[in-house]
Amino acid sequence: MDFTRRDALILGAGAATVALLPVQAFASVSDDAIAAFTGGAATSEGGIELTAPEIAENGNTVPVAVSAPGAVSIMLLAAGNPNPDVCTFNFGPLSGSQSASTRIRLAGTQDVVAVAKMADGSFVQTSSVVKVTIGGCGG
Amino acid sequence: MASGVKPRVKVPKTASAGDVITIKTLISHKMESGQRKDSDGNRIPQSIINTFTCDFNGQNVINVELHGAISTNPYFQFEATVPESGDFTFTWNDDDGSVYTETKTITVG
Amino acid sequence: MIGSNLLRVASIASIATFAFGTTAANAQSLVINDEETMIIQAPAAAHLENMDEVFSGWNFRTVETQALQMDDFDNPGMIFVDQAIDQWDTVDGAAGESCGSCHEGGTAEFAGLRTVLPRWDEDAGGIQSMADYINECRTERMQAEAWTWSSSKMTAMTALIGLESRGMPVDVVIDGPAADAWELGKEIYYTRVGQLDMSCANCHEDNYDTMIRADHLSQGQINGFPSYRLKNAKLNSTHARFKGCMKNIRAKPFGEGSDEFRALELYVASRGNGLSVEGTSVRN
Repeated sequence: MDFTRRDALILGAGAATVALLPVQAFASVSDDAIAAFTGGAATSEGGIELTAPEIAENGNTVPVAVSAPGAVSIMLLAAGNPNPDVCTFNFGPLSGSQSASTRIRLAGTQDVVAVAKMADGSFVQTSSVVKVTIGGCGG
Repeated sequence: MASGVKPRVKVPKTASAGDVITIKTLISHKMESGQRKDSDGNRIPQSIINTFTCDFNGQNVINVELHGAISTNPYFQFEATVPESGDFTFTWNDDDGSVYTETKTITVG
Repeated sequence: MIGSNLLRVASIASIATFAFGTTAANAQSLVINDEETMIIQAPAAAHLENMDEVFSGWNFRTVETQALQMDDFDNPGMIFVDQAIDQWDTVDGAAGESCGSCHEGGTAEFAGLRTVLPRWDEDAGGIQSMADYINECRTERMQAEAWTWSSSKMTAMTALIGLESRGMPVDVVIDGPAADAWELGKEIYYTRVGQLDMSCANCHEDNYDTMIRADHLSQGQINGFPSYRLKNAKLNSTHARFKGCMKNIRAKPFGEGSDEFRALELYVASRGNGLSVEGTSVRN
């Protein structure tokens, strides 16, 4: 059979789709986690602050801080980890502020995502890219 | 009980009524993520602290659900309102069923 | 205050928007718990022919990593110091003794010890590191088993004892009976080995303060050891770090606790004479 330019384009498009799949898979896993947290409700921006280093010297221990005044709980996700779940802070009646810090593991350069559930049942979301470096000698 | 687990907690000894204080906690724990493989290529099962709770005189300050992406030797910093003198209790729940606790007293003067 | 290379790296980084928040240039000073000031920069010892100043490895880390060492609660290495405090009073061995049984003054008896180790020891007839003294106590007085060089108990105990010297400048003796070992250490430092054909000096003397891939190369000082590394989330001994470096350059490492590594430890320690013992440092 003749192998036409059109066939080549179709094949190429198929290959491109396959190549994109892993990225989409990651995105959907973290999207699923957000949907489970929000019950499918839409999230808006603003009212939540995520502090993370632009560059982490080692992905094993990355300090992050999150703050969302008026939040009931805040969920942290690492969108590029094999399992995106990091932790969820639930603030009790004696919490002094709706903020917390911890240290997390990042498998590579990726978005860290924070989603807060506010007292009125609405949700706000923010994210921050953290570049994860590899030691000079791989060691 | 996982070996060598030791909690550390930093709470001011005194405060004024209604003060917001900063609390830091650190506990020694491997936090085996479930993502690593042993030398034979078998996946090492997850074994982590899955919940951390801080209460003051029976009222909740913060409750944290942890997953495998929390670093070895989990660290938390957060703020609490102190209405009166009393005890902070800190509780870490391990996947293996162990529970580690620590108590700190604060005096409101 | 710091070499021109560093300034060059800093300006390149800021142009490229991914500024490393933290080159040595913006490291002001290392003050631990808001009260103990460390000497993180000092004039090079007279024997250092190719360098004018020495810098603690703390200078080369990012602000986030630096911050971890500025408060003993935030420093994850202190978990292991706590474990060593418990170990100190734990009876072990056939003699029924703990560390505290003999050392009634507690670890405070060892103030300053870390600054002069490793050192020539007449009785042992060689260079002795802190791990050697701990094991001598364990095997001879406690009649307990020796700890392996980089075991968690050993690194924790060296951290606890080292903490008593925190802030004091390193001051190892390199002449007299120590001279032969020091010369051996120097030879090892400058000898190219391994498939990559590199010596310690190629990175830590010729190229410190530059980037090796994404890593900011330090002078390889050991004043902060044992060191808590983010990489493996535990305390690392000096000898384990030497071993790691040798593996990275694909050389066959000397053994932990070998005479070669004791000699290298003495030599590298002497390159940092004048820098503070940092107790338990935090590195990447």
